[in-house]
Amino acid sequence: MLDLKGYGPALLDGAVVTIELAFLSLALALTLGLLGAAAKLSGSRLAVGIATFYTTLVRGVPDLVMMLLFYYGGQVGVNMLSDYVWEAYGIDFFFQFDPFISGIITIGLIFGAYMTETFRGAFLAVETGQIEAARAYGFSRWHTFRRIMVPQMLRHALPGIGNNWQVLLKTTALVSIIGLTDMVRVAEEAAKAERMPFHFFIPVAFVYLALTAGSELFIKWLDKRANVGVAQGNQ
Amino acid sequence: MADQSPLICRDIHKTFADLEVLKGISLETRKGDVVSLIGSSGSGKSTFLRCINLLETPTSGDIIVHGDPVRFTKNRKGQRIPADNKQVELIRAKLSMVFQGFNLWSHMTVLENITEAPIHVLKVPRKEAIERAEAYLNKVGIYERKDYYPAQMSGGQQQRAAIARALAMEPEVMLFDEPTSALDPELVGEVLKVMQSLAEEGRTMIVVTHEMAFARDVSSQVLFLHQGVIEEQGTPDKVFNQPDSERMKQFLAPKF
Repeated sequence: MLDLKGYGPALLDGAVVTIELAFLSLALALTLGLLGAAAKLSGSRLAVGIATFYTTLVRGVPDLVMMLLFYYGGQVGVNMLSDYVWEAYGIDFFFQFDPFISGIITIGLIFGAYMTETFRGAFLAVETGQIEAARAYGFSRWHTFRRIMVPQMLRHALPGIGNNWQVLLKTTALVSIIGLTDMVRVAEEAAKAERMPFHFFIPVAFVYLALTAGSELFIKWLDKRANVGVAQGNQ
Repeated sequence: MADQSPLICRDIHKTFADLEVLKGISLETRKGDVVSLIGSSGSGKSTFLRCINLLETPTSGDIIVHGDPVRFTKNRKGQRIPADNKQVELIRAKLSMVFQGFNLWSHMTVLENITEAPIHVLKVPRKEAIERAEAYLNKVGIYERKDYYPAQMSGGQQQRAAIARALAMEPEVMLFDEPTSALDPELVGEVLKVMQSLAEEGRTMIVVTHEMAFARDVSSQVLFLHQGVIEEQGTPDKVFNQPDSERMKQFLAPKF
């Protein structure tokens, strides 16, 4: 039986932090991705410009550098905003920009940029005839988007989303650098204290593997559902 | 008004960039009319059909659906656009279209394809929409395929499902854009048969087609388009048997 030298509960807590961080970042990344894709496809020069600036910047800067910038810069930003609001409106507000929040924002922002490209490609892959039929039957723009474009886009986007998700999950390990006690951080401390790196890092590796393998099965299931009506026809 | 014209088009022009595709097309239908639009590729017949339900916005000209004229305005670049999107949606719901490529929504079953617009656009109660859909599926002869996805059916069956989808809107006018052109030759007949039965029921239809037999035997009015103008117009007997225009005569001449 694996003896974690009393670090078991802390590692478990760390795993929960990792999972929370991953899911919250994913939610942010999917939201930003949809907005980014919508902006890039909107045809509005301003929206296209903003979205292009975002994806170019974020995809071009190393994840670690961004995380450090957000962690140190984020608190400075909050402080400045807080000072300004106090002076201008007399309202006292302040919050601590903790590593958890900076982790979510950084990872969400980075993967939002990748998701933007995934969604953009997926929207473009929807056949124009499908959208034209919706317009021809009196659908509003919103109804066309919700009932026709999104379900059809998802079929094309899912493989890319799954790929991004796996990379995102592993990227969460970076937050240990900015002092968040995720699974990797706990393992690192334990390994140093006990001088047993393999003893702690191998189980951590297996937890990541279990999470990614599990999500791969889930994505496969989603993919099958999204492709209903297409896959059978191509047999 | 019971005998109001379901659709009037007056002097429709359409220009793409510098190319004038439609140079003033007018059409007045009576209830129960079957209008065939014929002509060679590039004559503008499909563009005209797409202008009727505003998939393309005519550069000038009027469209009046059951007494309701489409309102237009200009955008910032000075291009003509429909003034009221709600009106456009309402008008489209009255003019249901059957496409050359079927365009059934591939992520929905046949039944879902047919009930989608009645439920969400016409606000028909779900139960009634399903009953309506099943009745029309029976009519086009593919009731037993109602839970299939489009990709699981032949082209002829898909097009019949698309016709059922159009019928379920109970439209003023049905628009057919080359409904048999994408079909294998042996599947054309089943679709034409359904269309003929619709014509016999007195439904108002506008059909862009290359099927001369259909145009001659089923329609009440034939328009022959050439380079964006109506070259010949009238009853099938007039257009096919005593055409005035040289182009129509050439078009009908046997080609080898």
